Amino acid sequence: MKKFTVTGKNDTRSGFGEGLLELGRTNPQVVALCADLIGSLKMDAFIKEFPERFFQCGISEANMIGVSAGMATAGKIPFAGTFANFATGRVYDQIRQSVCYSDKNVKIAASHAGLTLGEDGATHQILEDIGLMRMLPHMTVIVPCDFNQTKQATIALGTHVGPAYLRFGRPKVEIFTDPDAPFIIGKADVLSEGTDVTIIACGHMVWKSLLAAEQLEARGISAEVINLHTIKPLDEETILKSVAKTRCVVTAEEHNVYGGVGDLISGVLARNLPVPIEMVAVQDSFGESGTPEELMKKYGLDTTDIVAKAVKVVGRKG
Amino acid sequence: MASQVRRDILRMVHAVNSGHPGGSLGCTDYFTALYFHELQHTPTPFSMEGKGEDLFFLSNGHISPVWYSILARSGYFAVSELSTFRKINSRLQGHPATHEGLPGIRVASGSLGQGLSVACGAALAKKADGDTSIVYSLHGDGELNEGQIWEAALFAPHHKIDNLISTIDVNGQQIDGPTDKVMGLGNLRAKWEAFGWDVMEMNGNDMEAVVSGLKAARARCGKGKPVMILMKTEMGSGVDFMEGTHKWHGVAPNDEQLAAALAQLPETLGDY
Repeated sequence: MKKFTVTGKNDTRSGFGEGLLELGRTNPQVVALCADLIGSLKMDAFIKEFPERFFQCGISEANMIGVSAGMATAGKIPFAGTFANFATGRVYDQIRQSVCYSDKNVKIAASHAGLTLGEDGATHQILEDIGLMRMLPHMTVIVPCDFNQTKQATIALGTHVGPAYLRFGRPKVEIFTDPDAPFIIGKADVLSEGTDVTIIACGHMVWKSLLAAEQLEARGISAEVINLHTIKPLDEETILKSVAKTRCVVTAEEHNVYGGVGDLISGVLARNLPVPIEMVAVQDSFGESGTPEELMKKYGLDTTDIVAKAVKVVGRKG
Repeated sequence: MASQVRRDILRMVHAVNSGHPGGSLGCTDYFTALYFHELQHTPTPFSMEGKGEDLFFLSNGHISPVWYSILARSGYFAVSELSTFRKINSRLQGHPATHEGLPGIRVASGSLGQGLSVACGAALAKKADGDTSIVYSLHGDGELNEGQIWEAALFAPHHKIDNLISTIDVNGQQIDGPTDKVMGLGNLRAKWEAFGWDVMEMNGNDMEAVVSGLKAARARCGKGKPVMILMKTEMGSGVDFMEGTHKWHGVAPNDEQLAAALAQLPETLGDY
């Protein structure tokens, strides 16, 4: 299997902040909006350099979505940032009607997604957002895996036309992707080739999947790891090509087992290539307060969980 | 013009036995004055961005019939297309949408409370670009029950969005009854002034008053505050048996009722 090197540690939200700054420098139509969470969304650098292109919306997320839609109508490219829970469930109808149904070029920058939000607890730890967003027609859903990829994804969204949801997180995590690798929306990345099981992961679960693949190799199981950074539109071709080879799948996401990547891939397999599938995800539960590491362990989202599910699914191949 | 638009509204909803005639009739004078006397706009070719043009957003999207009629009569699309209202495969959706590419529509509306935010965004973007044209929005009074309206009400004065003229159709009615009974709005002038808006009042069913009112509103722009017009109207205005009741919010007239209503409205420009 391909070896990846950790080149540093940083939070994916900082990748968004840097990507936004670079977009600000290269595209005068890019504007930013925030709902009283500038520091958390790492927007300070953009605001410092382009104060006239930043619009504070206060704790009024529904209004922020509508204002973004209005700005997009008038030719701007708005990036609207807040925590992922406030960026989805709270404003679902606004995204649905004013953005998706109205085909507005609005990018929703959703930070602190998942359990790794940590100590603030379940009220803030959204585990349903990938499901919510992927069910909206016209929405592009992107979950990058590290700092570098989040920066590139942000930059790519600057030229992509249409509603988009960009999900990233709070804690500092391993950086292992190539900083100059162009981000291709809609293309599933085979990070490491294998023959016995396909592990399809997104966000924070991608690095854990690479670690799991190493451990599996030591146990004689060859795992192919796919970074599914674009949940929608889904790259069915790459996934099916991999599964045709390995004949079993493990999905891994920092999300409820209902409605996310697991259900999405199950559907693809059932319709095209029914093979055993196991899912690493939160088992239909809310989160709780804790450190990101403790929470990922407690809720079954650790490297060992991916290894265990991979061993199990390979055993189910029969 | 207004009489013809009222005929269009009634015939459109009657043809599909659905739609919202009450509020549509009530706002006919406003739309006529706005599109024919006040808006600086280019009906064709229609530009979604509308650079250098005044923009209009309908937030209470259910009164789509009056908007569609006005858009057609002012040249955005063919008047004959009004016959497709609410029919399948039509560009004239029950509630306004951009999805089918109907010229004149810049955002979908129907689920209430969203249009003020959108209007604020468009107005802010114009200001940022040094575009001095005006953004208009129309809202129902029942629509003021929606919390998002008040988020936008805080936002506009804070950002000094003074190229925005929002109007509330104060007809005192909503689906379940008079607004006083369903959810009392209190003193609207005081409320909007307290939020920081420049508030004026207008009789919405007196054409002269609407024309001069809209002119006066434009003169209030550019002074640091968004402008709010509290427009008093009668639901069903123009048809005697439709006035003074909330019954006609979302009910279409039957054949008899249509005939009785049309008899009160001269056909001035030719029915589609």
